[in-house]
Amino acid sequence: MAANGAFDEIWGHGGPDHPRAEFAALSQWVADTPASELQRRQQAAETAFRQLGITFAVYGDSDAAERIIPFDIVPRIFLQSEWQRLSEGLVQRVEAINAFLEDVYGEGRIIKEGVIPPELVLLNEQFRAEVNRVRPPHGVWAHICGIDLVRTGPDEFFVLEDNARTPSGVSYMLENREAMLRLCPELFRDFRVAAVDSYPDMLLETMRSVSPGSKSDPVCVVLTPGHFNSAYYEHSFLADAMGVELVEPADLVVDDDIVWMRTIGGRVRVDVIYRRIDDDYLDPLAFRPESLLGVPGLIAAYRAGNVAILNAPGNGIADDKAIYSYMPEIVRFYSGGEAKLPNVETFRCREPQALKYVLDHLPELVVKLVDGSGGYGMLVGPTASRTQIEEFRAALIAEPQRYIAQPTLALSTVPTLVEAGLAPRHVDFRPFVLTGGNGVKVVPGGLTRVALREGSLVVNSSQGGGTKDSFVLMDDGAPSGQSQTQVQS
Amino acid sequence: MRIAIEHHTHYRFSEPQARLVQMLRLTPCDTQDQTVVSWHIGVDCDARLRDATDGFGNAVTMLYAEGPLAGIDITVTGEVLTNEATGMVREAIDPLPALFYCRTTARTHASAELTGFAAEHASGDPLERMHRLNAALHARFPSAPDAPDTGATAAEAFAARKTTSRDLAQIFIACARSLHVPARYVSGYRSDGEATHSAPHAWAEAHIEGFGWIGFDPVTGLSPDASYVRVAVGLDALGAAPIAGMRLGQGREELDVDLHVDRLGGEE
Repeated sequence: MAANGAFDEIWGHGGPDHPRAEFAALSQWVADTPASELQRRQQAAETAFRQLGITFAVYGDSDAAERIIPFDIVPRIFLQSEWQRLSEGLVQRVEAINAFLEDVYGEGRIIKEGVIPPELVLLNEQFRAEVNRVRPPHGVWAHICGIDLVRTGPDEFFVLEDNARTPSGVSYMLENREAMLRLCPELFRDFRVAAVDSYPDMLLETMRSVSPGSKSDPVCVVLTPGHFNSAYYEHSFLADAMGVELVEPADLVVDDDIVWMRTIGGRVRVDVIYRRIDDDYLDPLAFRPESLLGVPGLIAAYRAGNVAILNAPGNGIADDKAIYSYMPEIVRFYSGGEAKLPNVETFRCREPQALKYVLDHLPELVVKLVDGSGGYGMLVGPTASRTQIEEFRAALIAEPQRYIAQPTLALSTVPTLVEAGLAPRHVDFRPFVLTGGNGVKVVPGGLTRVALREGSLVVNSSQGGGTKDSFVLMDDGAPSGQSQTQVQS
Repeated sequence: MRIAIEHHTHYRFSEPQARLVQMLRLTPCDTQDQTVVSWHIGVDCDARLRDATDGFGNAVTMLYAEGPLAGIDITVTGEVLTNEATGMVREAIDPLPALFYCRTTARTHASAELTGFAAEHASGDPLERMHRLNAALHARFPSAPDAPDTGATAAEAFAARKTTSRDLAQIFIACARSLHVPARYVSGYRSDGEATHSAPHAWAEAHIEGFGWIGFDPVTGLSPDASYVRVAVGLDALGAAPIAGMRLGQGREELDVDLHVDRLGGEE
């Protein structure tokens, strides 16, 4: 049965005995495989992850650094037609993010034309004057985006968050798939699943495509803060899979506005840097003078057009919470059309009409501080006490501009292996979108996070969240390659 | 006015440095009232210099030097022609909207004391307020020499009652922003009749609707006149620092500045 009447992506609204027709084979697979066998495979996968050392935080859960994130053996599945529509929305959104960054660090048309209140951009710490008026190589800012989505129905997806800085989690997508291929090969006969293992090639191609200059074989590197970083596994994994050097800031020097990598064979000129370091620690001469980390002169080399940095410094202004609620307007402004992928409906309390609605509906809404994080300054109406609601009412009236409010969504579920067998559990999704010199590509897969606790909507790994493989089917048709018993003649 | 500048900066290191990367904000730009006649940055060692314009519109020079370096001397020489413009900044390269300069920084955070001081001068139109604030700061801190950066915040310097021109500029900025007036830090040169200075001068600019950017110098209590050469702007002293650098090597450094700002004969 679906939890709280939520849409189950495999079972639909019909429950385990009446799965969505396209996914009957998955239900069959679950029915045919003893629970103990599913448990065994799941444990085998987790053992492999532990041996690999995939112990990193997804979505900035720093406390998950030393833990394995639980893996669920039952995959989530997207039909090709669902994926097509979702991809179109993702491409449109990421194109708008790039256009927005180009604009706010350039002419600032969207501000001048009054689409976004100027203070939301100009007084936002994520707007980095240090890269104002920079033209990144090939005009690309957000090369690697991880767009966090939730789903409430077959074609109802909503964007929760745009991650345009240094989104992580792609190594989960790859390792989860590898585990599934090894442990559940029969599923890949039942379903024609799009491959994700070309991701490192796609990433390298993206890097090469934005190389400044005309070198036919640009030097690309992955820049990591070091092995103490919670996502270090992913950094080294990607560098290794792409066959490029993994470097730390001390391995790079800038001379004459050119970036060089120190090697035992001498200096090698670097053309493209996939950095997994926050803006603040990229270059102490540009961002944090008191920091001893970073590569002094890197921003000067970048400004001079001598190196590409993925993702571009300053991207935080595009995925900031305060900007998020304007994404529908941002998409409309640059694409000329309506956003194909909607935001979660967001009431900006700075607007009197919205404030009135919010005050009238506090028990149904989630109210958040625009500049808050980690659950601080948040009201979850449906579970809040009357006192809490009244406190928020007072705070909202006092400083409405500091708050936004959103309805609570009935997140979709996916059947998940729990002690008692299979049960629906809520999920979210992070697909990865690559933008290079020759266009935008959506990786056919992504990272599904699942809230393992019954009824929980919290998918964070620090709070009992796990991951699943995410299948994108290559067609909508009946499962191919499935053996059928013939009628005996 | 024709102003000649000779600005020597000497760094001495207690131990040899393997590399040095510096960002120099030492080159003035032309405005309607300021014309750079000649300008040269010289370095006493084998160094690569690269010019660019930063996100604030400042002319910056990147300096890259390989060691071993026992020290480095940077010499700036140049001549600038200036007009009296009653403090107005006209036709300067200004890629950031004025509102950007309402941001606060760690150095220019307005303490309760600063907010209170600013509020005492909050009557009148914004231009009057800024003039009054400027005069009040001058009256309160009559002496404010040009001196190297101490790292003090506006609030610290205000409370300590001992200020340099940098501190006063930051205090002015903190107060102006607390009155919702965009304000920024300016680093430059001022010919004040003294033979030598031990650091560049610092003052502030406030953005007044209808006028644009206007300079205010709390050291004099007046607006800058033709004796000022405007070099770099930023949110605070750190962001407009004439020289910011990172060195690769152990040990301490000593900084010594020798600066001459002279008026050359005749009015222009």
